[in-house]
Amino acid sequence: MRSFSYSSPGQIGDASDAARESGAQIIAGGTTMVDLMKIGVIAPDALVDINGLSDLEGYAVAGDRMRFGALAKMSTVADDPAVIDAFPALSESLWKAASPQLRNVATLGGNILQRTRCPYFRDTAYAQCNKRNPGSGCAALEGGETNLHAILGGSSACVAMYPGDFAQALIAFDAEVVVSGAGGERTIPFSQLHVQPGDSPEVETVLEPGEIVTEIVLPVVPAMANSTYLKARDRESYAFASASAAVGVAMDGDTVSDVRIALGGVASVPWRATDAEDSLRGQPLTEETAREAGRIAFETAEELEGSAYKIALGADVVAGALMQVKSRMGGE
Amino acid sequence: MSETPPDLTRPGVSRRGFLQGSSAVAGSLGMAVGAAEAQQAEPSADARTIALTVNGTRRHVTVEPRTTLVEALRDTLGLTGTKIGCNQGQCGACTVLMGGTRVNSCLTLAVMAEGTEIVTVEGLADPTGDLHPMQAAFAENDAFQCGYCTPGQILSAIACIEEGHANDAVEIREYMSGNLCRCGAYPNIVAAIEQVRDSEQG
Repeated sequence: MRSFSYSSPGQIGDASDAARESGAQIIAGGTTMVDLMKIGVIAPDALVDINGLSDLEGYAVAGDRMRFGALAKMSTVADDPAVIDAFPALSESLWKAASPQLRNVATLGGNILQRTRCPYFRDTAYAQCNKRNPGSGCAALEGGETNLHAILGGSSACVAMYPGDFAQALIAFDAEVVVSGAGGERTIPFSQLHVQPGDSPEVETVLEPGEIVTEIVLPVVPAMANSTYLKARDRESYAFASASAAVGVAMDGDTVSDVRIALGGVASVPWRATDAEDSLRGQPLTEETAREAGRIAFETAEELEGSAYKIALGADVVAGALMQVKSRMGGE
Repeated sequence: MSETPPDLTRPGVSRRGFLQGSSAVAGSLGMAVGAAEAQQAEPSADARTIALTVNGTRRHVTVEPRTTLVEALRDTLGLTGTKIGCNQGQCGACTVLMGGTRVNSCLTLAVMAEGTEIVTVEGLADPTGDLHPMQAAFAENDAFQCGYCTPGQILSAIACIEEGHANDAVEIREYMSGNLCRCGAYPNIVAAIEQVRDSEQG
């Protein structure tokens, strides 16, 4: 690991100022950052440790808006009975990610900003990676293995997949993130935080230098209580998603009045499947309509040779998650 | 973001990385190792002394910002019970308790552990040498073969019960998934955890 300087400001303004310096990088839990520093993918000159900003550790799920401080730990929130009860998909998206050791350290704010697991991004022996080294090419698209890559939201410059789970629960339920920086505080719809690779895969979010995520806010809706996060992966635990879905449903009698569907493991950014949602609204929730929603969710997919399996798998995961929610509602 | 050379100063550089890398990469190995030795001889200007409590004893260690907790424990404090496996948070061999919760000490910068209470495998047996119940259960259940992952497994297992995630074998397997055992002692590890859980409940 290359040498760097270290500071741990006690005030958010000081942290933001320090992080705005060239070569500086904010660190919270550090589970992604330290890993990427060890393997030489990133080499900051200065780390700004924000764990001293203890105001950002709290969270509250009561009331009409859920609020999660950016420094709340994944394990704390995942295990909270109030969260499990009010928003099961959120708890599941957290405990089905990473390992217990990582979840004890990793923060919610850091989690949403985790970097891709693209093997060519992570291995500096490959010169071609437009995300790591802009303009160098894409080893995945130039004859590489593509089984871990995005089939939605990719570009001719980059097909790296956004690997997060928690983000899918957030985007499905209209989360917003509050960020603090030189220009003061601003609120960004979560769906606009991440940007698709396009011609500039090195740009992953709309955050300005020095801006720090302070809070995640979600409007409470009935479909949250009837939600789940279904995750298909190569091994039963402690693996990134091959395909996953965060879904939530609210019924009006026998028809769907509200439905939320977001897709993990398949897209370049957190991905809301609005066309699939539209297909279900006003319809009964049956295995047939659930399967149709799954099919529609991947209608615009552009598979590569290695990633074609994600279309059928992803459609099954969407349908399976919807039927799981239905059976839970029926059981009450 | 600028491209940086691969860090060849530690074990764990992938074989494929070597094969794919140009001769320039392979050729730089000797130089990189030399640089690492120079770094050890001349600590960075940012080196600092931090205090932390290890196994109940207040300790002071001088570390660079890039020193990981496991390196401070093993190399500076001589507590080599904590193992480095993958060194990137995937295997759990480096698991220690920090502030009562299990963490991967390979992904924790020592400076970020300042002021915390650390428990390593050396801190589990009581002063008379009697093993911690989890250590005894691992021995009784043959919950290891080569033993390399065992210190991390034991600390993780203690935390697994403490967290309330040891209610049945399925839950134990889920909440022990951050500790890999390449000898495949998993069924016996689960049995050891169930034994300790049951004795604590009784």
